[in-house]
Amino acid sequence: MPEPAPILEARKLVKRYPLSRGVVFKRRIGEIHALEGVDLELREGETLGLVGESGSGKSTLAKLLMALEQPTSGTVLFRGEDVFGLSGRRLRALRRRIQIVLQDPYTSLDPRMTVGEIVGEPFAIHRDVAPKRERRERVGELLDRVGLSPRVASRYPHEFSGGQRQRIGVARALALRPEVLICDEPVSALDVSVQAQVINLLQDLQEEFKLSYIFIAHDLSVVQHISDRVAVMYLGKIVELGDEQDVYEVPTHPYTQALVSAAPVPDPALRDVRRQIVLEGEIPSAADPPSGCVFRTRCWKAQTICTEEEPALVVRDAGPQRSACHFAEAETVDPAVAVRG
Amino acid sequence: MTLGVAPESEGVTSPRRNGEPLLALDDLYVEFRGRRQTVAALNGLSYSVAAGETLAVVGESGSGKSVSAQAVMGILDCPPARIRRGEIRYRGTDILRLPERQRRKLRATKIAMVFQDALSALNPVYTVGEQIAEMFRVHRGDSHGEARRKAIEMMERVRIPDARRRVGDYPHQFSGGMRQRIMIAVALALDPEVLIADEPTTALDVTVQAQIMKLLRELKDESNLALILITHDLGVVAEVADRIAVVYAGQVVEEAPVGPLFASPAHPYTKGLIASIPRLGHRGERLPTLRGAPPTLAAPPTGCPFSPRCPYAQPVCVDNVPPLRDVLPSRRSACHFAEQVLADA
Repeated sequence: MPEPAPILEARKLVKRYPLSRGVVFKRRIGEIHALEGVDLELREGETLGLVGESGSGKSTLAKLLMALEQPTSGTVLFRGEDVFGLSGRRLRALRRRIQIVLQDPYTSLDPRMTVGEIVGEPFAIHRDVAPKRERRERVGELLDRVGLSPRVASRYPHEFSGGQRQRIGVARALALRPEVLICDEPVSALDVSVQAQVINLLQDLQEEFKLSYIFIAHDLSVVQHISDRVAVMYLGKIVELGDEQDVYEVPTHPYTQALVSAAPVPDPALRDVRRQIVLEGEIPSAADPPSGCVFRTRCWKAQTICTEEEPALVVRDAGPQRSACHFAEAETVDPAVAVRG
Repeated sequence: MTLGVAPESEGVTSPRRNGEPLLALDDLYVEFRGRRQTVAALNGLSYSVAAGETLAVVGESGSGKSVSAQAVMGILDCPPARIRRGEIRYRGTDILRLPERQRRKLRATKIAMVFQDALSALNPVYTVGEQIAEMFRVHRGDSHGEARRKAIEMMERVRIPDARRRVGDYPHQFSGGMRQRIMIAVALALDPEVLIADEPTTALDVTVQAQIMKLLRELKDESNLALILITHDLGVVAEVADRIAVVYAGQVVEEAPVGPLFASPAHPYTKGLIASIPRLGHRGERLPTLRGAPPTLAAPPTGCPFSPRCPYAQPVCVDNVPPLRDVLPSRRSACHFAEQVLADA
């Protein structure tokens, strides 16, 4: 079966931010290497999870995928078209097709706008989507679809709980009928009991509107629950990319192994069974990333070749997923899988 | 007593438990007075912790779990907060009834706390060394040189690499994980018996979280600390807690040892929480959810606070607040139908 064509694709994406010192006489003293050559494809209708720790480049990647910032080099293709070559009306048309849901439902909604104004604002910008007289009705439908009463349109964000606010954010993102939804930590700020409701909602909407998701989160179990495929990022690079099951159950990159093994497992019976890899040290500075493999400074497998040669993100003998490690080896680290056998 | 040296006699490998709680919160009521109304943050909350034990206090935002810790530490803003009723007993003495001087001394030396946000808990204009050393100078009367030497010892004890060189650095020069270690060093400087950790790893990345939880566990064992871990993360709880108190709307609704609580919860809220965690091997399936959201303090439901969200709710739940009662040996639940919830597990 041929692979379906990607709807969104990153090609050798590089983003560096200048690093300057001084207030009056600014001197450029270096660069932050936020993204260093990311190749990624989002397939139609799938959920691609993006995991990695702070500073790994997840959110920079999201901004570039939405064409909110220009890359230093490389490009992003939406249905085969270079998004950075677009301008004017065509860029606006693209924006309509890729939308984002942000982490913090407290700061991402304007406190002085009513819920109806917030959800309807996209119609005011993209005037051709819905005629003015239909807008109120469309807002009502959207609110209803995310599980809120259309009557709440006249109320203000502060009257709502975190979970309800996130629903408002989702309704706004859906207003223009996008094809791709980028969810940047959409449930991280929510309570556990509410988090599950929003995850279910996102899954229902995906099916109903045939959406493709990029799902960014630091909570590995949430990403695993919702994703078809997972990309693991470290210091501006993707170190492992493959089907959710392969990446989680038999990770081949040492960083993925450490990450999966460090994630707390909500089952006390597994407490003493599991092998936890506690990484030494900290993520190196993005202003001065290590040569060769970016993970080598914390890796227990590092050899001379890791300093000299950057490992490519390719399928290796260890498993079906792509792995950027010279010494990729399949290993089950998730205790639940290990115990289940 | 020399700092940085673990008291060997208290059993490094298996913490001794004498059964008697070191710290106990008993039937605590805390309210906040606003201009328009007074809201109850704690409604008869009780929990206790023994030396060498890790008690996890689990709850969602607004449940009162942090307020309970602030009440113990005496850092509630009063007013608007007021402790209306209840006792906080340390070794059997109610610290709320102690004279101010004694109470302050006790809180300063015997009970310590670390917070979620180390960056705002540490003073940005003092070096980390000065902030740790201050504990020894103020409370022990040590000289500057002596206090500095002990500060370096403390930094080594919380495994900060190259402590001697870094003692003169400022908080912003450290990473989030290292700052959390420094806060732990400040908290443990005077060798307290109780350590309250309020969401200590929530702001940290997964791999750093694992490092900090490992450190806390080791330090607890070294000093036979009573550790109260306040968190919303059931994963962390499953990994480190001995016992759990589940807090909902200012009350403990279930209390149990960690294993039995996860295996067979005795309160519908605990049951719903545990079920709603995404788990391995159930990808794409709908997560079981609790309906609705936690109650707001301004408009608490009548009767059992969980009743509006509870699948077991009956008329009795709206009429009567269920007391926290023994349902099995060492297990307590505040549910009229606890036996049924247990049987359904």
